[in-house]
Amino acid sequence: MIAEVGLAALWLAAALSLLQAILGLGPEALKDSSRPIRGVAVVQGALTAFAMLILVVLFARTDLSVALVADNSHSAKQMLYKLSGTWGNHEGSMLLWVTVLGASGAVLALLSRRLDERTFIAALGAQGALALGFFTFLLLASNPFARLDPAVAEGRGLNPLLQDPGLAFHPPTLYFGYVGLSVAFSLAVGALLTARVDRELARAMRPWVLGAWIFLTLGIAAGSYWAYYELGWGGWWFWDPVENASLMPWLATTALLHSLNVLAARDSLRAWTVMLAMIAFSMSMVGTFLVRSGILTSVHSFAVDPQRGTFLLILLGIYVGAALTLFALRSPKLSEGPRFELVSREAALVGNNLLLSVILGIVFIGTLYPLFVEAVSGEKLSVGAPYFNAAAGPIALVLAALIGVGPLLDWRSDSGARLKRLAIPVLGGITVLAVLLFVGDGGLLEKLALGVAAMLSVASLLPLLGRKLRRTPLATWGMVVAHFGVAVAIVGIAASSIWTRETLVAAQVGEQVSVGPWLVRFHSVVPTAGPNWTAIEAELRVTKGSGVSLLKPQARFYSDPPTETTESAIKTVLSGQLYTVLGKRTADGRWQLRLWWKPLVTLIWLGGLLIALGGALSLGGRAARAWRKERLA
Amino acid sequence: MIAKPKHQRLVLIVIAAIAVGAAVLLAMWGLRDRAAYFFTPTDIAAGKATVGEPARLGGMVSAGSIQRLPDGVTIRFRVGDGAAQVPVQYRGILPDLFQENSGAVAEGRMASDGTFVADNILAKHDERYMPPELGNAAAEHKAATTIQQ
Repeated sequence: MIAEVGLAALWLAAALSLLQAILGLGPEALKDSSRPIRGVAVVQGALTAFAMLILVVLFARTDLSVALVADNSHSAKQMLYKLSGTWGNHEGSMLLWVTVLGASGAVLALLSRRLDERTFIAALGAQGALALGFFTFLLLASNPFARLDPAVAEGRGLNPLLQDPGLAFHPPTLYFGYVGLSVAFSLAVGALLTARVDRELARAMRPWVLGAWIFLTLGIAAGSYWAYYELGWGGWWFWDPVENASLMPWLATTALLHSLNVLAARDSLRAWTVMLAMIAFSMSMVGTFLVRSGILTSVHSFAVDPQRGTFLLILLGIYVGAALTLFALRSPKLSEGPRFELVSREAALVGNNLLLSVILGIVFIGTLYPLFVEAVSGEKLSVGAPYFNAAAGPIALVLAALIGVGPLLDWRSDSGARLKRLAIPVLGGITVLAVLLFVGDGGLLEKLALGVAAMLSVASLLPLLGRKLRRTPLATWGMVVAHFGVAVAIVGIAASSIWTRETLVAAQVGEQVSVGPWLVRFHSVVPTAGPNWTAIEAELRVTKGSGVSLLKPQARFYSDPPTETTESAIKTVLSGQLYTVLGKRTADGRWQLRLWWKPLVTLIWLGGLLIALGGALSLGGRAARAWRKERLA
Repeated sequence: MIAKPKHQRLVLIVIAAIAVGAAVLLAMWGLRDRAAYFFTPTDIAAGKATVGEPARLGGMVSAGSIQRLPDGVTIRFRVGDGAAQVPVQYRGILPDLFQENSGAVAEGRMASDGTFVADNILAKHDERYMPPELGNAAAEHKAATTIQQ
């Protein structure tokens, strides 16, 4: 019964989104008589969230009369994976997507007060139009509440690779980021319609963009760490199209975040900022299309159904096409903002935006090229790490090297006097590079990266120089922490790439193997079992001089659906991680062991966390300031 | 560049156009020799794959071809598509569902002796997570065997 209630809630919400689009964008909208639109947006969001909740309940109960549950869940699953399994499938994950879309619209309707009323109403209308399209997709092509008659006795289970705490965290976080950007898109559409692109708009948009960016950063970092320990390949980024689908919105949002600061502080870069806001959410939709259409294969794409792909492609075409047309028609009407000199904060941020856009372009082309070639010539090819590292790597390094410069410049015009402070970090970076070039192994790109990171780790702190630390605004702290996080992540990426040591052997029980500074004693192999799996577990006693730790990598067998997975065991120390995988038994009774020593690899995710923390400080600082202002007023 | 442009917007548009152009050029340069093509054993037999360039090879693991070397971690086998076969060498832990008469995709490059040296092997995961290439190769192979019968 409650599945029908959920479906009814979705239909109702879809109807409300149509109403919302008409109220916000229809002929009556600009007469400022659309008061009900706020209420419509809030109810629409609440109904969608209600439908999502019902689906979660159906999964929690393992209601096998619902096709989606029967196909993707199993009564013997742990509760955590029953709940998070709600979005571990195509329909559920689309419903989560639409829920975040609806909820974002509702929050926008409730919270935004300072924005120009007509822009605001048009933005809510745009948000309604977006929701309408995705509701249509959900209801016509991906109904999560479809019944199964007769009900089955047992569900087919969830892909064991997804039975991990990561499933509870990674998809929702990423979706908050992905779909939170829809508000930036809608606000941009609204502002273009009313031709009021100004500081007010930037200030209304900034918390959304910052929030979405924080979630995207966390979601990407979490997904990367999950893939790292779950897949057992020891890699943390594979340049898989699905990963790129999350990286592209992140790149666009990072650019948007910086250009918004120009718009908010100086009222410059109007057209460009609006364009970026549209591109950022368009990238989210491109990502959704890539992942949900089934044209790619990975743990993320759950079913191959060409109809859905076409549907999503049409939606993507409509929204991106409409946005670009609107931009082409309206952007010439925007007046030009105040000018700035070649050496100024604005110019530095333009540079930041351009480099990020170039990286985005490279990732975009590399990701879509194989699809394009296959569609045109039928030839199959894949584009992977060699391309992305060679094409995007050097530009990312140039960008990282310039991060230290921008914050030292003043708005509008600057003599460049403070750039002298960069002398010490630059010297430090050159020293690190020179030492590495003479002594270390590894490629040139990695060595350059370590040099740049050394420089940036110091240069990113310079904006604090000569300030009273306690009185420095939180937003400035946020910038410093995030920029420092970039340096930390680069050190992790480059160092683990240069100094990783790998040992792959077939070892007998009792044998001792070494990898890097570690000695690994292969103590025993025992069978073991969990709630819905059985496994062979190796016991490794690992030591690096003093103290012995136990590591227990497993080869697991899940029965529903029948799948084998490898569960790596990882020992984290300050200087890095020892990563162990148990392979197959050989004919003569030995066991394959794959061991990696990955120095400093943890810095990759620590850097990601610092970047997100920087965003949070900035968001918190600005929110607190706005709140204080409002209270005083 | 002009310090005080009359139309700053115009200058910005030009810069943006240059950036887009640079991205496209860089991407094209990178794609020219870094894209890995997908080959079937028939393609390889026809000499389509260049020695030493990144490539992917997909097909069925030939029955009776799996040969494990004494070090315990290296394996040699042949991948076929009904018309041709290619020897493959791989050092590493095989995916769980790797077996004879089952689909596999090898990522790596052709060596000069005609062996495909794989850095990575992808196998059919379960029927819901089958790479499209593999789906086609498997279907083609099935068709070929049916015709033979």
